[in-house]
Amino acid sequence: MVEGVKLRVLAAMSGGVDSAVAAARAVEAGHDVTGVHLALSKNPQTYRTGARGCCTVEDSRDARRAADVIGIPFYIWDMAERFHEDVVEDFYAEYAAGRTPNPCLRCNEKIKFAAVLDRAMALGFDAVVTGHYARKGEDGLLRRAVDPGKDQSYVLAVLTPAQLAHSMFPLGDTPKDQVRVEAETRGLAVARKPDSHDICFIADGDTSGFLKNRLGAKEGEIVDAASGEVLGSHDGSHQFTIGQRHGLGLKRPAADGRPRYVLSITPVDNRVQVGPREALRVDRIRTGAPVWLADERRGPFEAEIQLRAHGEVYPATVTPEGDGLHARLHRPAYGVAAGQALVVYGPDAARGDTVLASGTIDATESVEAASV
Amino acid sequence: MAYLDHAATTPMLPQALDAYVRTARALGNASSLHGSGRAARRTVEEARERIAEALGAKPGEVIFTGSGTEADNLAVKGVHWARRTADRNRVVTTAIEHHAVADAVAWLGDHERADVTELPVDKLGRVETAVLAELLAEHCKEITVLTCMWANNEVGTLQPISEIAALAEPHGIPVHTDAVQAVGHVPVDFAASGAAALTLSGHKLGGPTGTGALILRRDVKAVPLLHGGGQEREIRSGTLDVPGIAALAEAVAHAVRHQESEFQRLALLRDDLVARLREAVPEAVYNGDPESRLPGNAHFSFPGCEGDALLMLLDAAGVECATGSACSAGIAQPSHVLLAMGADADDARSSLRFTLGWSTTRADVDALVAALPEAVRRAKSAGLS
Repeated sequence: MVEGVKLRVLAAMSGGVDSAVAAARAVEAGHDVTGVHLALSKNPQTYRTGARGCCTVEDSRDARRAADVIGIPFYIWDMAERFHEDVVEDFYAEYAAGRTPNPCLRCNEKIKFAAVLDRAMALGFDAVVTGHYARKGEDGLLRRAVDPGKDQSYVLAVLTPAQLAHSMFPLGDTPKDQVRVEAETRGLAVARKPDSHDICFIADGDTSGFLKNRLGAKEGEIVDAASGEVLGSHDGSHQFTIGQRHGLGLKRPAADGRPRYVLSITPVDNRVQVGPREALRVDRIRTGAPVWLADERRGPFEAEIQLRAHGEVYPATVTPEGDGLHARLHRPAYGVAAGQALVVYGPDAARGDTVLASGTIDATESVEAASV
Repeated sequence: MAYLDHAATTPMLPQALDAYVRTARALGNASSLHGSGRAARRTVEEARERIAEALGAKPGEVIFTGSGTEADNLAVKGVHWARRTADRNRVVTTAIEHHAVADAVAWLGDHERADVTELPVDKLGRVETAVLAELLAEHCKEITVLTCMWANNEVGTLQPISEIAALAEPHGIPVHTDAVQAVGHVPVDFAASGAAALTLSGHKLGGPTGTGALILRRDVKAVPLLHGGGQEREIRSGTLDVPGIAALAEAVAHAVRHQESEFQRLALLRDDLVARLREAVPEAVYNGDPESRLPGNAHFSFPGCEGDALLMLLDAAGVECATGSACSAGIAQPSHVLLAMGADADDARSSLRFTLGWSTTRADVDALVAALPEAVRRAKSAGLS
């Protein structure tokens, strides 16, 4: 997309401050902008209420009011069925398989930049604009936002180059606090709305209760990974995630008195294995089929990898192997769960680190000895 | 901009707006006993007489309400409550009512254990009176109230109200008819229809939003929804909205006086729209009764398109119309009317309603016919996502 060209742009408006300012900036850049709020639940009352989520009746009203102030047409698109199938059901299935999904990432991949973008393109729009914090360079590459605390390039790394080509992220060059000031200046009532953090489709923020409701309570054992000794019980392995330390409900302390962590979850026998932090050490990670946002590499290359949203960055040697990627970490990571995304960045201090590729983590191992 | 959504709301008639502004400047609560109060009361009573005269009713039968929805609720719930006994607890309705009736009936079923019978419609959206005859043969003693709209708000099909009232009459069952889309658009004579109660709404015929009336035969009891000052025969308490009522009467009188000529004008315009639309988009399916329908209604399904997408594209092109029915959060549901007419869920989501009114001209139809083919092409490529 060329600067200065008037495009027909669809603004996905969640009802939050970021997407409202993004839409306003697209208008100011001279584009013909239409606002759309995605209805993700057939029964909006059941999703998070208040000013935190993105799927409530209040959020839909906030989005509508922002569109009024910006002066653009506004519609609600019903994506409830697609969202349920592609995001909520996937969330259940991943947990049931002992993995840890990121539903926001899945929503970007399947809903916002797939279903919504496809529909927008078919209806004659040229691009979708969102309030994500990421930069898109003139070379079309996806880069980290200026504001490191808000950078969302990780959850956008699942986009294909074609999807990225039709996306606009006008907030990537601005720190969040400035976006709030700008919203205030523009007269947008959402300027002071708190950021959303929790999973929008879990009404009370109780992920474990949400999963238990659907997947059922099923008693299982918590065992010591090294000795095989049964240390306690739980009522559903899906309530645990790799690296989890709290909420294990173990009565007896470990022999060495140090805390124990969830090391692995095996849904087949509903067993949760725990052990010391060292056992969480990971220095090799294998992913499923990657999405390349930069030119595909054939051989090994040095890069930085990130394993969760707003998580730490690790230097690594990344090698395309078979269908997936293999990463050899130069510094170990701890508590890496299958199902999460591995995003490969090319460091670039001047313009923002560039997203090279992403893949879903399939397996991890610790090969090199722990340096104590 | 071409406004083709007069069934949603139609612009106020200039004379109704004048009446509103004139009356709103005057002082007086119509229940007050002094001079200002009497003047306000006189305005209300004159309005009541004009509406009664225009619709073949007696002035004492006109109960002013704050909306068509309120009048529908008052008729359905009020008459049901007044006639309900241990052995008589059944409400009869149709599959194509507006939500103001359908949801009131459903509420009685869900919360007050009323038995509910829904009369089916044929493919053209016309209520099956044969089914009613069978129902009456078996259950006539159990029925508190029977409600059937005069004309459907989505597909425009006119309903056999007189026939239905005649079937119910020997059993003493009061018939309510939601005539919100009919009054001022087709001939409506309350007394001749045989109905016991009739709903009308101001903003569908050139009056103000927030005004409506229930015409209720004096011998039919209704339990009030609102309790208070005892206005309107103690059936509808609340200070009377004098300017709204004056403007409503002005609009009803004008619309009924010009009903016949306006019917001719709109039907011609509508037929022109239908013919040209079919030429421009041959696969479009014309829904509803091609003959016996509201003069300003043209309702189509566009196979493979989503109504919402079409609406958005036409809106961007300056043409305003409606899909079937939308819920408050704006999430489109497949039209219950089209489903009742035998359409499948996809067809029911692929429809658009174009409704013409007193301010519609040929230029509006031209704008639609010009914009539609491109909108359909794009909506079809977006598909039924």
